[in-house]
This record gives sequence, C-alpha cells and structure tokens, in this order.
Amino acid sequence: MSSADAADVFHLDGHDVPFVTGETVLAATSRAGRYIPHLCWHPEFAPHGSCRVCTVRVGARLVPACTLPATTGLVVESDTDELLHLRKRLLQLLFVEGNHFCPSCEKSGDCQLQATAYAMGMTGPHFEEFYPARPVDASHPEILLDLNRCILCSLCVRASREVDGKSVFALGGHGIDTHLLIDSPSGRLVDTDFAPTDRAASICPVGVILPKRRGFAVPIGERRFDRQPISATEEGDP
Amino acid sequence: MAGRHTWAMVSSAMTDLAGSPASDALPAGLRRVAIDPLSRVEGHGKVTLLVDEHNRVQQARLHIVEFRGFEKFIEGRPYWEVPVMVQRLCGICPVSHHLAASKALDHVVGAVPVTRSATLLRRLMHYGQVLQSHATHFFHLASPDLLFGFDAEASRRNIMAVAETSPDIARRGVLLRKFGQEVIRATAGKRVHGTGSVPGGMNRHLSREDRALLHEGLPAMIDWAEEAVDLVARLHAEQPGLYTRFASFRSNLLSLVGVDGSLELYDGVIRARDAAGCILLDGVSDQACLELLEEEVKPWTYLKFPYLKSLGPEQGWYRVGPLARIQNCDFIGSPRAEARRQAFLALGQGEPVHASLAYHWARMIELLHCLEMIATLLADPALLAGDLMAGGERQRAGTGVIEAPRGTLIHHYEVGDDDLVTRCNLIVSTTHNNRAMNEAVCAVAREYLDGQTLTDGLLNYIEVAIRAYDPCLSCATHALGRMPLELTLIGPAGAVLDRLRRSAEGRIERPGTALELERAR
Repeated sequence: MSSADAADVFHLDGHDVPFVTGETVLAATSRAGRYIPHLCWHPEFAPHGSCRVCTVRVGARLVPACTLPATTGLVVESDTDELLHLRKRLLQLLFVEGNHFCPSCEKSGDCQLQATAYAMGMTGPHFEEFYPARPVDASHPEILLDLNRCILCSLCVRASREVDGKSVFALGGHGIDTHLLIDSPSGRLVDTDFAPTDRAASICPVGVILPKRRGFAVPIGERRFDRQPISATEEGDP
Repeated sequence: MAGRHTWAMVSSAMTDLAGSPASDALPAGLRRVAIDPLSRVEGHGKVTLLVDEHNRVQQARLHIVEFRGFEKFIEGRPYWEVPVMVQRLCGICPVSHHLAASKALDHVVGAVPVTRSATLLRRLMHYGQVLQSHATHFFHLASPDLLFGFDAEASRRNIMAVAETSPDIARRGVLLRKFGQEVIRATAGKRVHGTGSVPGGMNRHLSREDRALLHEGLPAMIDWAEEAVDLVARLHAEQPGLYTRFASFRSNLLSLVGVDGSLELYDGVIRARDAAGCILLDGVSDQACLELLEEEVKPWTYLKFPYLKSLGPEQGWYRVGPLARIQNCDFIGSPRAEARRQAFLALGQGEPVHASLAYHWARMIELLHCLEMIATLLADPALLAGDLMAGGERQRAGTGVIEAPRGTLIHHYEVGDDDLVTRCNLIVSTTHNNRAMNEAVCAVAREYLDGQTLTDGLLNYIEVAIRAYDPCLSCATHALGRMPLELTLIGPAGAVLDRLRRSAEGRIERPGTALELERAR
C-alpha cells in the first residue's frame, strides 16, 4: 500500500506489503490479499514451518515465509521461476510419498494439495511413486480417516490440542517414517473422544479427515478450487 | 467375477470347431502356443488356431487380456467413493459402470427406489452413454469394414477413408457421438468420468441452458439415426448371403427387459431366450441375477465363463448386447425404433437372428431408440427440479444390473458396518460374450481359412467377427482398425507353420518363417 508508513512495509516481488509488529511474511502477505503457496500454515495457528512450500528468497537465503518475521524494508522474492520449480518438486515429493488418486478422491476440487499443484503447474509426479501401505480408519461412526492422503502438515494435531483441548492426533516416527498417530490404546479413532464438531475435524487441507457419507454430494466442477484458483481464494477452510 | 488374482488376468476362451468347448488337455497331434498376454485390457488380442495334418482348423482360441484389479482396489474403500472410482475401469462406457455401481449402492443406503428426478436424470445420462458408444463403434470403427469390404486395402479401413468417400456418413458419426457426449456432460458434469450419480440419487439437475442446447440438436440426430439404421439394413439387403452367414451360430440370448417386456437399458428384470426364441427365464429380479449364473473355471485362464446355472456350461452360455436385447424384448417403447425392429425381426423368419453382423443393425436400432428416449425425457420438468436424494434403512449388500452398450453389466458390493466395501464383484459385458466371440472366430476360421496360408485378409475377417461384438478389448478395435492381433498357424506336429502380427501402429508383420520359428523354439 503506497499510503502505508514506510516503517511498516516490506517488499514482495516489487510490491509493498504492510505488516504489524510480530507478523510473519506469510501472514502479512495473506492478510494483504497476496498469495504465497503454502500447505502447513493456517491463519488461526502458529506456524509449523514443515512443508517448506512457502519458501521464499531473501538475498542469498531460502527461508519459509511462514516463520520469517516481517521487517521493515525486507526484500522478498516469491514469484520466480526458481521458487516455482522448487515448490513443484516439493509437491511432487508429497504426492509420491502418499497415495493421492485425485480422479476418485472425494476431496478433489476442495483439496489444497491438488489446488497448489495446479497453481505450480505440476502435470505429473516426476518421481517414482512410493505406494506406501497406509491404513484407512473407518472405525468412527461419523468420521473417515484416510491416511493415504496425509501430508503431515500437523494442522489436525495443533487444532485438536490448541482449540479442542483433546490431543487426539500426534506425529510419530522420524524422517521418512514420520506418520500420524491416534492417541488411543487401540490406535483407532473410535476409541478417542474425537467429535465431528471438533475444530480438528474440519481443518485437514487434504482428504484425510472427512465426514462420512458425504462423498460427492457437491458435484465436481462446483467446488471451492473449481470456481477459482487457490491464489485467488480467500484464506481459510474449504 | 472376483477372484484371488488382483493383477492382469488372461481372458482366454477355447472352443473346438465341433461347437463344444475343447478339453483343457490338448488333442493328440495338436499343439497350442501360448503367448503371455500384455497387461492392459484394451488393445491386445491373440487368436490361436490349431490345425491337423490336412491343414484343417481343429481348434480356435481367442485370448483377451482383462484387467480386473478393480475388484481388489475397491475393497477397503468407502462405499460412496465407488461409483466414481469404478468408472475408471473403462474410458468407453464409464457411465455404465458409474450407474451400475450407484444402483447397487442404492440398495446399501436403502434408497430403492431413488426419486423420480434422479431416475430420469440417470436414464438420460445412460441414453447418452449408449448413444455415444454405439455411434463411436459403428461409424468410427465398423463402418470401414462394412462400406469398403472386409478385403479392402488396410490403409482404407479407417474413418479417414470413410470421410473421404462418404463425408456425410463420417460427419454424422462424429456429430452423433458428440451429441451423446454432451448429454453425458449435462447430466454427469463431464463428458468422460463425471460424478453426477451418487448412492441414493443424483447430485445435480439438468440446467435449462443444457436442456435447450440438447433440444435444439435433437431433430437432426434422430433423422441421422434413422438413416444409419437404413444404411445397415441396405448393406444386409445387398449381400444377404454374407451378412447372414458370416460368423453365424445359434445361441441363447440374455438381457434386461422392462417389467412390461419392453426394451430396457437402465433398469428391469432378467429375461433369457433359447436359440429358437423360446423363453428360458423371465421376470427375475436384478437382485437375484447372480443366483442365475455360474461361471466355468479353466485351469489355463483366470477369466471365467458365465452360463445359466439351470442349463449347465454346454447349453447355458448365451449372448448379450444389442442383438440379444432387441430380440429378447417384446417391443421397443419408442415408435421409430420399434418400426425398424419389426423390419429386423423379419430377417429371422420366425426365429431369432443369430448372425454376428446383425449386431450392427441391432446397435443402430438402439441408437435410434436412445435418441427418441432423450427427446421424451427432455420434455419432463422433473429433470430441472425435484428431490434428488432418497434414503432408507442401511443394508449390507446390493446388486446393480444395467444394460451397458455391449451388454448386461453386473456390479455387486458388500459393505461393512464401518462403511467400507468388503467385497466387490463385477461381471462385465465382454465376459458374457466371451464364448460367443470364440464361436465367431471358429466360424470364420472354418469358412475362410480352410487350410490356406494366412493372409492379411484372413486376419481382418477374424477381426471383423470379433468387432461385431464391440468387446471391451474394443479399445483395441477402437484404435481405428488397428487392433493389435496375432494369428498363429500350428501344424499337427506342433510346428508353428505361420504367424502374422498386426501391430498397434497397423503394420502387418510375419515374425518369422516356420524354420526360423522352429529354431527359435
């Protein structure tokens, strides 16, 4: 904003972006209606910095915009061929590490991973698929948990802990073996106090945590990211 | 049907020329050469002929590769995902799978019947599917054989040559297919692999804009469809000997019919007739259809051979698809198609028509019927408004039967209390016609090979016979007459005497001489 105080502005791809003290580059950018691709960041939660899709360049450094504090006069590059390529590779890694079959996925059109991949011009997996054996937990009467699609963003972990006060979810394991855990003796969702009204039930950016029996009630073509690209979509839940 | 094998399975039928299935053990002095099938459904076929010391064909086998992994993929998936997932089984008639799965799962969610609006929208979608598939098959794939002759130069046996010599026919074929695709788009959301139908109903109405668009195009389409029926009738009239005799054999006929005996493509009861046209069974609920059928297992193939349980494997096999449907029903509920059905039936002189090439004629009568039904449906306001979803008491299993373009399609699902599919069983049209296609190959081999050196012409005669059934090896035949096909001639001592191969690019190759092949073996 040209009228903003110079002390409250950083520069993103040649545009001035206002910020308030303590804000990150991604939060301020999002608030200003501009788009830096991201997956594990959500405006309601503290940054996690794990997916790296929001990586931007500041001088010689590549840093995640979700954890980068905005400072006066900071020069940030985001919309460059280099970063688009890097983000596309990160997305392709996420796709091949899980089992993402968009053609029959009920989240298609509402999926942040799919929409971001479209935005980055991803047309194929590039890498060989892992085809991991991941379970589907359908034990809960109202909620389906399809771990094939998990990208380990931890939003459900944070939502359950910080908003719902339940800690139903956690990330376990290390490195490539990192996976989503359910906090119950059986490891099944039905044996937790998880409820469909929990914040964690509606936070998943991909198709892991879904209400049962909804499926394709909303036609493909009429969904959130069918109507407009993710870069033009208001921040928040689908 | 569901088996323990989850990957590519060989569909291989074996029939001897006496008309009965050959034993699994090869007859003395004959030898079978098996070539491992490629792992895709469409696009690959193999015909193996066994000959005696007089070069007479004793046995013929059609090998088709069918990819049946879907029955396994779907197990463990939530049921509401199935109608969208399972249609990926096919790019030619996905709507049929989409709707067969939806119909089966309507039972699971207790939505029987679904609402009137949902029923009409699904019917409209399905008429669009059958229309586009039939138009694709006849105009794009079969018409070059029928217009230019089976012996025509290979370079002419394609839609481009039809476009050069008969531009109106080619153009109408393209536009009829396009119209069918538009009907699908308007009801399912996409021309291919849409998502309109869901367990319990539909998720969208027809828009007024789409109704107007479709309505505008209809009169010309109906006229063209009538002319297409007349074209096939004329071809039969011009060469009655060829069209009646070519790949002709007697068989039972099976299909859905309406409860009033009418031609029915979307929902009805099971009826079967014997080769003389007498009713074998009738009025059987689609939920009981799996009880009617048994499947024969051969040790040399994963694919089973369906037959009517009451008659056994030798007497109980049957044909499905357009030829069966228009003769199994008592009448067609749309007047123009019914008039042409009557003309068709006259060909049989009181008995069912059994000629394989008559499939084309029957297919065009159905194409006309689809357009007439689309016209009727478009006038119904329930397409534009009204309840789309129904529901009821949850059930554990359901069967969906539909008449896909190629014949009766059966989906059966069992669903656990956790909403995940525990069992999936699909019997597709091509499987029903497996035995019949082998009979057709035998008939052609008997009449046209007769100990002669294999030629490109023979190869195409066999392809013409297979193509009449529009099998779902048909994406091969759907490659503009370039079905990869291999023909092997084996002598009584087991020596490979001759072999011809048509590549996917349409090249005819003779892989090696008998001596070279012998050395290779």
